[in-house]
Amino acid sequence: MSAGPAGPDALDAPPLRIRRLSVSYATDHGRIEAVRDIDIDVAAGEFLGIVGESGSGKTQLLLSVLGLSAPRAELGGSIRYRQQELLRLDSAALNQVRGNRISMVFQDPMTALNPYLRVGIQITEVLRVHRGASARAAEQRAIDMLQSVHIPDAQRRMRQYPHELSGGMRQRVMIAMALIAEPEILLADEPSTALDVTVQAQILSLFQELRARTGTAIVLVTHDLGVIAEVADRVAVMYAGRIMEQAPVHELFARPRHPYTEALQQSIPRIDAARPARLPSIAGTPPDPASLPPGCAFAPRCIYRMPVCDAVAPPLLEDSPGHWKACHHDGALGKLRGQAA
Amino acid sequence: MNAAAAPDPSALLVVRELTVTYRVSIRGGHALLRAVNDVSFELARGETLGLVGESGSGKSTIARALLRLVPAESGVALFHGTDLLALSGASLQAMRRHLQLIFQDPLASLDPRMRIADILAEPLRVFEPQLTGRQRQQRVLAIARAVGLAAAHLHRYPHEFSGGQAQRIGIARALIIEPELIVCDEPLSALDVSIKSQISNLLKDLQRELQLSLLFISHDLAAVRFSCDRVLVLYLGRVMETAGCDTLFSAARHPYTRALMRAAPIPDPIAARKRRSAPLEGEVPSPLFAPSGCVFRTRCPMAVERCAREIPLLRQVGASLVACHRAEEVDD
Repeated sequence: MSAGPAGPDALDAPPLRIRRLSVSYATDHGRIEAVRDIDIDVAAGEFLGIVGESGSGKTQLLLSVLGLSAPRAELGGSIRYRQQELLRLDSAALNQVRGNRISMVFQDPMTALNPYLRVGIQITEVLRVHRGASARAAEQRAIDMLQSVHIPDAQRRMRQYPHELSGGMRQRVMIAMALIAEPEILLADEPSTALDVTVQAQILSLFQELRARTGTAIVLVTHDLGVIAEVADRVAVMYAGRIMEQAPVHELFARPRHPYTEALQQSIPRIDAARPARLPSIAGTPPDPASLPPGCAFAPRCIYRMPVCDAVAPPLLEDSPGHWKACHHDGALGKLRGQAA
Repeated sequence: MNAAAAPDPSALLVVRELTVTYRVSIRGGHALLRAVNDVSFELARGETLGLVGESGSGKSTIARALLRLVPAESGVALFHGTDLLALSGASLQAMRRHLQLIFQDPLASLDPRMRIADILAEPLRVFEPQLTGRQRQQRVLAIARAVGLAAAHLHRYPHEFSGGQAQRIGIARALIIEPELIVCDEPLSALDVSIKSQISNLLKDLQRELQLSLLFISHDLAAVRFSCDRVLVLYLGRVMETAGCDTLFSAARHPYTRALMRAAPIPDPIAARKRRSAPLEGEVPSPLFAPSGCVFRTRCPMAVERCAREIPLLRQVGASLVACHRAEEVDD
């Protein structure tokens, strides 16, 4: 199976190629398969959204790219960045990639920033480590970077500690840190979830602006389909460790092919439409990752369920150009809308 | 009094000029933080009123003051004509059964060492001690059924439940003593997307069936539009705008309400990308240093000199009550 037409050596090959990736953990309650058999590419300069609920494996997927999975995690498959197989790099080699070619922004900047160090030290560290920049050059570059993420009074901010900044400012500092080495790919895990809604809008618009200006590809992981609709070019929908559907954003929203995507989309109330009497909703709860059903993990909650769904996990197949789905049901969707009416 | 003068006689709860001030320690001493400032509203029987706003808006503090979990500095809160804020001792305890709370984090709000049956029976032991064991059991079973829990669930412990199921338990515990008013403090925020719609529907069904009055606290405007009849928009402890849900979402009059709506993500890329207006700048200031005049003026694209000088009073503009000097100029 391939998630894109280009071979690994093609000039326009996507810089990041993930194949048959699995991440699992042994726990007291059995083996937890957090990420199962994932194929996905990140193309140069694209804005990829990955949407899923808690336990869908979306964060584990991101962490595995930078070798940040928990020490006891077992990883299988392949994560290729350019010519390098990231899963086989030692930590010294991985450090050449991390924060440099691929960097990451976390949900809670307060826990990702060192509370004892001034903002300036933390931002310039990347340049001193990866670029061997002089303190003076690094400082000037950091100030420029803070300005480019719209932090007013950047010189003064450099001397402040994280707790002296508001939540939105801290997230801007994180983004400045992540982008200062001009990485090719930026991974962002729920970067706006902990922020107020007006600040979330600022951060999302900042991501778009920076992507347009620097050409950095952005992979944004979120539980919020609304955030995806605002910013992503392409979307992967995850459930129980797998990709259920993957498509360009307009295509995914206009013509969802997976019952889970359809259900997610329709169960969200909207501020821009008259309210329905009831929200279409998905019955049941996501499966326990320690005891996943043998077939499709969504089958127990699916209104299109067939006998085959309980027996065989559907592979992710290209349904039409660029539109991939992992579902046995080939007929039309739309049953959920009818049900709610 | 700054809002609609005469309270609606059918109102279950009438709040007038509620002010809540916290004493907070800062470097070198303490300061007074006005978390809720001169807030007035009413809640009719069977109505759901949304309290929306960002952090520091005072929405949760209003709820805590009404439930007497924090002291109010001034104001009245008439519930059936009795001032909740003046009650004490036995009369306060007796009133509590009519006012219940549903929390944001359902698992954290359930005692991990108690079985669900005991969690649900506890309010009955407190408020209806005359019930026999058998009567209590029947009430527990009935409420469990009403919120979609199976009888088998009753013998389990909270940790055996998912977030959505735990929220059903939280709702059942709030409802079992048949309160008239329920404060829902971000009841959906901790839930997964696929569970949110289940719980939203459940709350709405129960509210209709039992003619409950709900104060629905949320930062999620879309959830508010689905769940509420009327909305109060708060910023830094003050009411910016209040209107019926349909009016608010189709013709908001306050620049802050407009900004909130523009910022709320829409799960539709065409609609989302059509409204390409710049997001509101800056962040909510610390309530310790609230701006003079209109508290929103430091972020308001329409602010003029008058806004720094004069606190705008809530006044009728169109079908909304709006606290903005320039509400007439906010176009449709």
